[in-house]
Formats: sequence, structure tokens, C-alpha cells
Amino acid sequence: MSFSASTFNRLDFATSPINRALTSENKIELLTTMIRIRRFEQAALKYYNAGRIGGFLHLYIGQESVATGTISLCGANDHNITAYRCHGHALASGMNMNECMAELFGKATGSAKGKGGSMHLFAPDKNFWGGHGIVAGQTPLGLGLAYGLKYKGLPGAALCYMGDGAVNQGAYHESLNLASLLELPVVYIIENNGYSMGTSQKRSSAYRGCLAQRAEAYDMEWDLIDGSDIYEVRAKTHIAMERARTECRPTVLEISTYRYYGHSVADANAKKYRSPEEIENYKNNHDPINTFRTRLLQEGVLTQEKADQIEQSAKEEAAASVVFADQSPAPSVESIMDDVYWEVDNKTIAGQTGRHFFND
Amino acid sequence: MRTLTYREALREGMDEELARDENVVLMGEEVAQYNGAYKVTEGLWKKWGDKRIVDTPISEAGFIGMGIGASMLGVRPVMELMFWSFHSVAFDQLVSNAACVRYMSGGLINCPIVVRGPANGGTAVGATHSHIPEGLFAAFPGLKVVAPATPADAKGLMKAAIRDNDPVFFMENTLLYGTTGPVPDPSEGDFVIQLGVADLKREGKDLSLIAHGRSVIHCLEAAETLQREHGISCDVLDLRTIRPLDQEAIFASVRKTHRVVLVDESKAFGGVSAMVATLIQDHCFDELDAPIKRVTSIDAPAIYSPYVENEQLPNPRRIVQQVLTIA
Repeated sequence: MSFSASTFNRLDFATSPINRALTSENKIELLTTMIRIRRFEQAALKYYNAGRIGGFLHLYIGQESVATGTISLCGANDHNITAYRCHGHALASGMNMNECMAELFGKATGSAKGKGGSMHLFAPDKNFWGGHGIVAGQTPLGLGLAYGLKYKGLPGAALCYMGDGAVNQGAYHESLNLASLLELPVVYIIENNGYSMGTSQKRSSAYRGCLAQRAEAYDMEWDLIDGSDIYEVRAKTHIAMERARTECRPTVLEISTYRYYGHSVADANAKKYRSPEEIENYKNNHDPINTFRTRLLQEGVLTQEKADQIEQSAKEEAAASVVFADQSPAPSVESIMDDVYWEVDNKTIAGQTGRHFFND
Repeated sequence: MRTLTYREALREGMDEELARDENVVLMGEEVAQYNGAYKVTEGLWKKWGDKRIVDTPISEAGFIGMGIGASMLGVRPVMELMFWSFHSVAFDQLVSNAACVRYMSGGLINCPIVVRGPANGGTAVGATHSHIPEGLFAAFPGLKVVAPATPADAKGLMKAAIRDNDPVFFMENTLLYGTTGPVPDPSEGDFVIQLGVADLKREGKDLSLIAHGRSVIHCLEAAETLQREHGISCDVLDLRTIRPLDQEAIFASVRKTHRVVLVDESKAFGGVSAMVATLIQDHCFDELDAPIKRVTSIDAPAIYSPYVENEQLPNPRRIVQQVLTIA
């Protein structure tokens, strides 16, 4: 993936109808959401490195415009689901930092009571369906959300995110075929950060043009989006979502973006498969937060003072979430067997008939 | 009471649930216009139409995952695997998603799906089409596994499975589809059999034969032979549901007869019978007058040759032979 100057800023997507409709407050909210995601993850990184968070930590830093821009378009009937790099989607969907950080810390106050961890954040009440750990395993589930919308006659779209490493999994291709065949209102969003773990796009995918173009083989619409411009993200995703809502047709979107850290923080080779220049180029020239902050300052929507205040407030919110997580109780051993079966949890006759659990 | 085939009983169960709940959808390969590869869903597409009976491409990971996702929004998919043997191409969806999504979300999500189809050997289709995975899936907490042996059980358990709010993997048998048995008439009331309740299909006093699925039919035939030719009287206990498991029914039979032969089409290593044997030795150790014996499929991939296939599987002759080693 390259970020040559000619790739970007060919059109000013601020003038698209969906962006013209944004109030100053809306724009500041978009910026705030991106900054909150970054500050949350910077805090998570600090405490992961301090050994307070277990397992893996897949950071979204650098990609914030994707979740923020796309989810900002969602209404009551729109749903979203993603893979394991899910903190941004969780916060953009309206989850609060406390429940997310506590989940990362493995605490009982976490969004999944400490049963899911960093890769498995969920908030069905906010139309956010995870947080899934297996590459492309969520792609048929996203299709199912679209199926449910259509079955119930609801005019919504299901946004299903994945990384560029997911596009070679069979489940994804099966999903594309079914999406087009059954005419389902799903929008597949490839967040292309250029690397499937440590393997670059060129070393992992055979394609013509771009990854999204494979959609043509399934008779689906597709588009390519510059993720460093949240206006473009919104403008083009809006078109795909309207196609889903009004025509019940699927779309594949490929949003070029970049992650500053490794595949996960545990990625030992994170600095070997990419050059420092490549990372610096993105940070300096294409960072979605910097780009949008500059834009809003230019538009006169934002002052430097307000920008600083947003940063400070996000930092404090993240720090407070660490305190909340740290002070929260751990789950009890007794709780391990809760949330396995709905019928057992709800003490129904079915849940109380026969032996459900087999321990020593 | 009416007599129905196992196939008709399954169909009637699904038909009644389609009528009861508008969120129930049947999907799978050839389930609609083709009327079902094994004709289990015959006539349902004509009756219910495209919305409720959905043909899918040969794409198990895709459509099963789709059903799981749809169930999160309140649809209740009943998905046919033409053979349960094809579970392997959808394994991630069946296990990482269906079994785990409730847990990983801390109970925020549930997954009310049924995955159904035949899971058996004995039809000369070789190893790829003869997997018997009830023990495999019963090993995953979050899943429920059902394996009916008779038409009445097939109907009653299917209706309970569809109403259940957890994922239920329903294992049928191509060699049972044409078998017949009494099934209560719908006019007699809603016929639902609770999951997790075993059924004593034959009462005896000398030895307990414990099985599920088609092995129950073999046990009933073996019990008849044992009574007639050897004067040995057997309980035949049909587990019906593998998970949740009716362990009290197992213990009650063992405490009565003190001798047990477990019959299980799945393999001996880690199969259903291995779990049942563990429970018996744990809870009924002092009740046993002989070692627990098993009849399982001979430990190799399923052989094709129709000449010896039936000998690889549990059958009445092998059951009788095993019983005589301890009775």
C-alpha cells in the first residue's frame, strides 16, 4: 500500500450531502470520538505493558476514522459487527470506557463480566455484536444480521468489518456469494491496514486493482475509500448503506488505513516488516485525527483551545476508566459456569432438566 | 394412535413449529424446491413459501454462520446439514460462534438455532459421509445434542429443540427415516418432549443396555434375543438427549441391574459412552457386579464395503456377544 499524494484529496467530500448535514457540534463529536478511542487505547497499552491486561491487545491506533466515520451514519435499524480489533467500534457504538477497560482487565464489571476480553466486546443494546476472535469468522454473522433485518422488514444495514487479512478466508467468500444471491442489506468493510499480521498485502493476496474489486465476481457493488479523510469515509459508506436500506443490495468497501502498532502488542516483529519511514509518513501526513483536527480548525469549527480541551478530557476519561477497572472486583470462580446456556441462566424448566455441566 | 415414519414425524414437528412461531425458518441445501435430499422437508416449501423455507447453496460455513447471526436478531433458524458429516467445513461457526457467543458476551446474546440432519454410518458412503459427531459436539459447553431413535421421540424432541433458546444440534439417522412407530395425534395436544429426559424403552432386571439413536433399535432386538435364547432380561434405556444428559435415569437402571453394556455408534475414544461410563463408575461404583462394557464402532474411519460395514458398527449380534461376557 502506498500513500502517494496523488492518491488522496482528489475530491472534497465535505461537500457531499451527508457531510453538509453535519452541524459544528456533530463535527466536533466525530473528532472527539476518534480522540477518545486513541486515548483509551494508549491507556490500555500502558497497562498491558505493565502486565495488568492478559492475552492479546490489538490496537486500532491509526484506524480511528473507519469505525468513527461509518458508525456515525448508523440509526436505530443499523447494526455492526467486527473482528478482534474492536475497541474503536465498541466506543464508537456508544459503549463507555469503564465497561470496556474493565473487560480488558478481566473484571466482573466488564461488558462481558470478564468472560470475553479485549477481542470480545459486545453491546447488543447498542446494535454492536462484537468483537470476534477468528479471522473472518464474523463475516457470516454480519450476513445473518442483514438476514434478520430483511426477514423482519426493517430498513437497516448491517456493517461487517474485517481486516485485509480476512479476505482470503473461505467464510468471507461464502458470505459474499450469499449476500448477493439472497440480496441482503450488508456492507462489508475491509479495513485495509496493509498487513495481515506480518505479511503484506502483496505477499498474501492475489487481486486485480484492489481487494474490494473481488466483489465484481459476485455481482456486487464496491468502492475504495481513503481512510485518512473521515468525510470521505462517511460520504462513500453512506451510499453503500442507502443501497442496503433501500435496495437490499450488499456492497464491499475497502478503506485504506494504517495501524501504528503491531498486529497485536505481542507482535514481536512489528518493527521488522515495515520501515520506520512508512510508519512516520502515515503519522505525519495521513493520521485521521490530525487531518480532521486541522480541517476543523481551517473550517473555523474548532479552536485550538477546544482541541486541547477534547484531548485533555479524553485523557482523563481513559485514566478514570483504568481506576475503575483496577478497583473493580474480579469475577468469582462460581461465575465461571454462568452465561453458558440461556435456559440454565434463566432457570427455566428446560434449564433444570438433565445434567448440563460435567465437572470432576 | 397413528403410525408415522420417523421422517414424517420430524416434518410434522417442524411444520407445527412453523405455524406456532413466525420467526422459525428452515434453511439448507435442497430443503425447499427439491423437497429435501432425504425428503424430511417434503411439501413444506409448497405450504410455507420462500420466506420460511430457504434453499441455500452448498456453503455450510456461510449459511450456518448466517443463521447464527440472524438468531441474534430474533430469527429462529432450523438449518439442515445434508449430512452431519459436513460439520467440518462449518466447524468454526458451529463451535467458536454458536457455542461460545453467549459466553464471550457475558450472557448478552443467545443463539436459538437448531442444526439438524443425519449423523450415522451404515449406508456404504465411506468415511467422509459417515461421521457420527454427537460425542464431539456434546464436549462443547454451550451446545445441546439430541439423537432420537423413534418417530415419536423425533417429533417431540424436534419441537422442544426449536423452542429452546440455546443452540441444539439434532442428530438424525438416514436408516431410521423410513422406520415407523406410533406418534400421538395433534388433536391430543401439543406433543413436546423435554430435552434431558431419557426413556426406558424396555424393562428388565439382569442388565442395562444404554444407548441413543439407532443403537437403541439394535439394543431392543438384542434384548429380545437375550431373553429368548439366554434367559437374560435387559433394561433398554434410550438417552434421547446427550447433553443435557439424564444421569438419574442411568443410575436408576444401573442400581437395579448392577450390570451395564453401553452401546454407541460413535467411537470409543472420548465418545458418548466414555462419558456415561465415567459417570457410572463415579456414582454407582458399589452397585456394579461387573466391569462396564461397551459396544462402539470399530476404531477406524468408516469402511465403505457393504460386506463388512455392519460389523464395524454396533449391531444386535455384537451386543449379544458383549452382554454374554458379563451376564
